[in-house]
Amino acid sequence: MSVLVFTETENNTLKRNASEVASYGVALAKKLSTTCAAITFNAENANALGAYGIAQVVNITNAPNVFDANAYASAVAAHAKKNGISHVVLGSSADAKFLAPILAAKLDAAYAPNVVALPEQLNPLTVKRTAFTNKAFVHTQLASDVNIIGVGNNTFSVIENTVPCSVEEVQSDHITSNLERISIDKVSGKATIADADVVVSGGRGLKGPEHWHLVEDLAEVLGAATACSKPVSDMGWRSHDEHVGQTGKPVSTNLYIAIGISGAIQHLAGVNASKVKVVINNDPEAPFFKAADYGVVGDAFEVIPELTKKLKAFKAQA
Amino acid sequence: MKILVCISHVPDTTSKINFKDNNSVFDNVGVQFVINPNDEFGLTRAVWFKEKQGAQIDVIHVGKTSADATLRKCLAIGADKAFRIDTPALDGALVAKEVAAFIKNNPYDLIITGRESIDYNGAMVPGMLAALLDIPFVPNCVGLEIDGNTAIAEREIDGGREKLKGSLPMVIGGQKGLVEESDLRIPNMRGIMQARQKPFEVVPSQNTAAKTHDIEFEKPAPKGEVTLIPADDLDQLIERLHKEAKVI
Repeated sequence: MSVLVFTETENNTLKRNASEVASYGVALAKKLSTTCAAITFNAENANALGAYGIAQVVNITNAPNVFDANAYASAVAAHAKKNGISHVVLGSSADAKFLAPILAAKLDAAYAPNVVALPEQLNPLTVKRTAFTNKAFVHTQLASDVNIIGVGNNTFSVIENTVPCSVEEVQSDHITSNLERISIDKVSGKATIADADVVVSGGRGLKGPEHWHLVEDLAEVLGAATACSKPVSDMGWRSHDEHVGQTGKPVSTNLYIAIGISGAIQHLAGVNASKVKVVINNDPEAPFFKAADYGVVGDAFEVIPELTKKLKAFKAQA
Repeated sequence: MKILVCISHVPDTTSKINFKDNNSVFDNVGVQFVINPNDEFGLTRAVWFKEKQGAQIDVIHVGKTSADATLRKCLAIGADKAFRIDTPALDGALVAKEVAAFIKNNPYDLIITGRESIDYNGAMVPGMLAALLDIPFVPNCVGLEIDGNTAIAEREIDGGREKLKGSLPMVIGGQKGLVEESDLRIPNMRGIMQARQKPFEVVPSQNTAAKTHDIEFEKPAPKGEVTLIPADDLDQLIERLHKEAKVI
């Protein structure tokens, strides 16, 4: 019995969520009185995982450089089988959620995604996870020889605990791709909804795409990702990639700022895993205020430029 | 081309979520069940293929009779035949294994599911299904073109999108973008009448065991009151976000 964490990489570097996933894996191993190792692909800084208590990393170096779910899942499955892994821990990024079910089928494992805490019970292994698009939680028992836990984004605190870390570079014999990548279109150097600490989101109250500089300027000061409500993406003011809510992207960030969004139940479901919500709306009756931590009733066209200016001054001072 | 669309039957997006029997079961009293929205985008794309390129569309659901009306609606929208595997859908692994066993006996060129169901949000069935059948899988799919035996599928990734190419058969995890909301079909009277005549088959289950068991539900703790900040005192907002909430 031992724990394996799958840490994601991008451009040969560990992704930000690797620290959260590694911290969870190490804490789980401690609870189970066993060891925790990591597996990663083409990571040049794999030993950085030592900062989170990972003493051993297997770095697979002959897989495609850009994430390939089937190739990576095949290699992780082969490694897990060979090493008698009982628990696999991974994140909740788009890529991790792509890989996890393939891995679960290959290992005939039990898999629980969107897990928000360490197991509350070990025998049988019981975890708490979100359900009904964040409108509820469910306690789920996993009862298999191999159990896979998908840790929800931004739900588990990073635990720093530096240990010496040894990295083994491995060539896997189990890399099998079944898809060919034609193109990849990714904004570089900009925070994404999935991994930003702050998300600034605009709704119909902004009256048109020509006013989006308000959202973008505020986001820039905060290093935030930009998002939008469903009507805004439906009307084509913003691209669908930015739509957050039940049928769009989920948001579980530290700070979510909603501007001119009334707060339909489907929107709230998608964003209410965020820790702190600020709502700015000129309608004091907007339902979003009931779900917010802080609210400003006011005209976005006045409030946002002012807030951006003040935050700029605050940041300059900090 | 033969397309199988996997249908999940979920509480409508505006439903109040409550539980009963010591929080062990979802309380479906007064809840309207609908086709899982992500599946509906996939079904609508399948109907598009049928109309533009020619295809036979079957729909499949794993569950008991409560979903029959939802499957009839799929037939009214344009599917040709419905199958229901007659066993409760206890978890994603069970559903994937049941559907995989069905497909092994009834091969399809394209299998479309939703990105995830909006009730359990597991996003597991499509990936497991593809792995069990050893065929390619594209999740979060926002664009799909089929040319002969080749599929070009676009998926959303964190911060962008990527275009992938693979051979059929393939599993797609569809979502909004595969078609737009305005493309969704409301069944008309003719479709509803025709749906009554279309074949609907109940398939015995393989008695697959579930890998996970949901034992108890819990609602999030009630939220505290919102702190309203006057629009002319934004310094207070910054101060509170910094010192009280500690998020900036």
